[in-house]
Amino acid sequence: MANSESGQPLAVAPQAYGALWRGLLRPLRTVAQPAAAVALALACGAALLAFNGYDARAVIDVMVLGVFQDTRSIAEILLKATPLILIGVGLCVAFRCSIWNIGAEGQFYAGAAAATAIGVSFNGLGAWLYVPLVMLAGALAGAAWAAIAGLLKIYFRASEIVTTIMLNYIALIMTSYLVTGPLRDAAAAYPQSARLVQEAWMPRILPPTRLHIGILVALVLAVVMYVFLFRSARGYALRVVGISPDAARYAGISVPRNIMISICLSGSMAGLAGAFEIAGVTRRLFQSISPGYGFEGIAVALLANNNPIGAIFSGLLFAVLRSGSELMQITAQIPQVLVLVIQGIVILSVVGFAVLRIPSLRPSE
Amino acid sequence: MEDLASLSFLAATIAASWRLAAPLIFASIGEVFSERAGVLNIGLEGTMLAGAFAGFAAAFTSGSILFGVAAAIAAGVLVGLLFAFFTITIKADQIVVGAAINLLGLGLTAFLFRSYFPSAGKGIDIAKPVHLPWLSDLPFFGEALFRQNAFVYSTLPVAALAVFVLYRTSFGLTLRAVGEHPKAVDVAGRSVALYRYGAVLICSALAALGGAFLTLAHSNQFVEGISSGRGFIALAVVVFARWSPIGAFVVSLLFGVFYALQLQLQAQPVHFLPYQLFQALPYLMTIAALIFVRNRVGTPSMLGVAYKKS
Repeated sequence: MANSESGQPLAVAPQAYGALWRGLLRPLRTVAQPAAAVALALACGAALLAFNGYDARAVIDVMVLGVFQDTRSIAEILLKATPLILIGVGLCVAFRCSIWNIGAEGQFYAGAAAATAIGVSFNGLGAWLYVPLVMLAGALAGAAWAAIAGLLKIYFRASEIVTTIMLNYIALIMTSYLVTGPLRDAAAAYPQSARLVQEAWMPRILPPTRLHIGILVALVLAVVMYVFLFRSARGYALRVVGISPDAARYAGISVPRNIMISICLSGSMAGLAGAFEIAGVTRRLFQSISPGYGFEGIAVALLANNNPIGAIFSGLLFAVLRSGSELMQITAQIPQVLVLVIQGIVILSVVGFAVLRIPSLRPSE
Repeated sequence: MEDLASLSFLAATIAASWRLAAPLIFASIGEVFSERAGVLNIGLEGTMLAGAFAGFAAAFTSGSILFGVAAAIAAGVLVGLLFAFFTITIKADQIVVGAAINLLGLGLTAFLFRSYFPSAGKGIDIAKPVHLPWLSDLPFFGEALFRQNAFVYSTLPVAALAVFVLYRTSFGLTLRAVGEHPKAVDVAGRSVALYRYGAVLICSALAALGGAFLTLAHSNQFVEGISSGRGFIALAVVVFARWSPIGAFVVSLLFGVFYALQLQLQAQPVHFLPYQLFQALPYLMTIAALIFVRNRVGTPSMLGVAYKKS
């Protein structure tokens, strides 16, 4: 009954207020731990900068001022948040089923390639048809690429950790083949595809910025996935498989089926993110189209405790960090790869702080 | 004449396979130790990068390869301590911590490299081939096989030592018991955590050594993400090798063949096949290897499970 972390107020409050207190404290605790993890990671990042002879204070000033400078810079953050939220939300579903899909990067490339192939092929198609078609192509290709790992797990017991990572490398190499071979724009100096037909471009929602409808789709899908995971019977079954496959089997829940559902859903979200990147931002396919969104999505999901609604916020946070790191690189020549370090520390502090939570979960022990 | 040419081609391929297998041999034998003790360390890739960078940085500044090797091992032990603290002491999920180690390894090495070695200019003098008396003078195979650098030769004693430690010492016996039945070890009065720390540190040190091979004996430069998936391939090697150190050595050699073929086929392009197909060869073969071993006899029963005293 009594809560060890908030013991004092609970002890004096009458029973009726106890529920109210818990209702207020629980969301606070949910936010406090990720916030502490992020603060710790940022502190480590600043220490790393200072330790290696950079002026950490000036860097932070530049980041804070520059990132939220004007409408354009905020639109750029939302533009970066779009793939991060989509991938993060998808990985929430996979991780809740204990499927360690590390292959979002490859699924992103598969979606981007499929969206390009569709987006350069048709003429005279209306945007009302072409835009959904490109999105569908990306989502299906991402799901199909992820399904390979799912099938290998079910039929050959091959660890999805290894297979999804191998599929990442293969997707990257295949993209290199596509942009130097079948999809290559002969007129371009660098290996890249032709530009997408204009009707396939994602409609922009905040001209003159590049912000497109992808961010709205990402937000809607986050809510949909939350409802699916936590408010539907299918989502419940999926989580049971994630917690205990044996219990699931005993309850008549199909384990292979839920593995496929979770890995294909996460793959389709990553593929959709790839389609948005092509049809909303770059308009072309080239070799290094993702700056590691697929891997960053892992940190997005874990920081959100695998909750799709939480992934909206952690996706936004990592987008701000990414914008800030770009600014650091331009203004202070600080290597942008620092964000990877921060992502790693965020994950470690999340698991570290999770240990602190255990006593408050089991007050009676 | 034709036969002689193909024979020397074969000898050259075998030699290249052994050389290219070296980083996999170190990393996968290390992972055998860790997994035999019940700890799934998917942070091999990040650990290899740490070793590759530390080795390069130390050798570049000091001019001594030996110093580079020492720095790489030290870096590996540090990464191992971090991984062990989170997975064994805090009992956090081994996969999540491993993923974080990979991100940290990739990010930190790239950050430090760009901060301290801004112009990718001069590299280091990599380890030179060592002439072995008698063996190196054998016709064809001697010339090809036994003109390797010390890293490559050392894979043999490392594998032998791994077998000895795992199967012929009390430490090895207890280590394997920790992965199968930790409670028994605990009841016998030995610390499960201590043995797991030992296994993880051996694993990380060897993985870092495998990474150091890449900068000290293969390429003379550090490049971001230079391990290019070898840490993950080593994970599959261990499964294919059924958690045996000798198996890890042999399977790594097999993957070395794929790397060697990849290099040779890229050098002599086949016109109707895109070169990317050969680039993808090691990754495709990793998936094929996992398909091939459906039967998982030999999996340590406590693999991936944190030990909680009750």
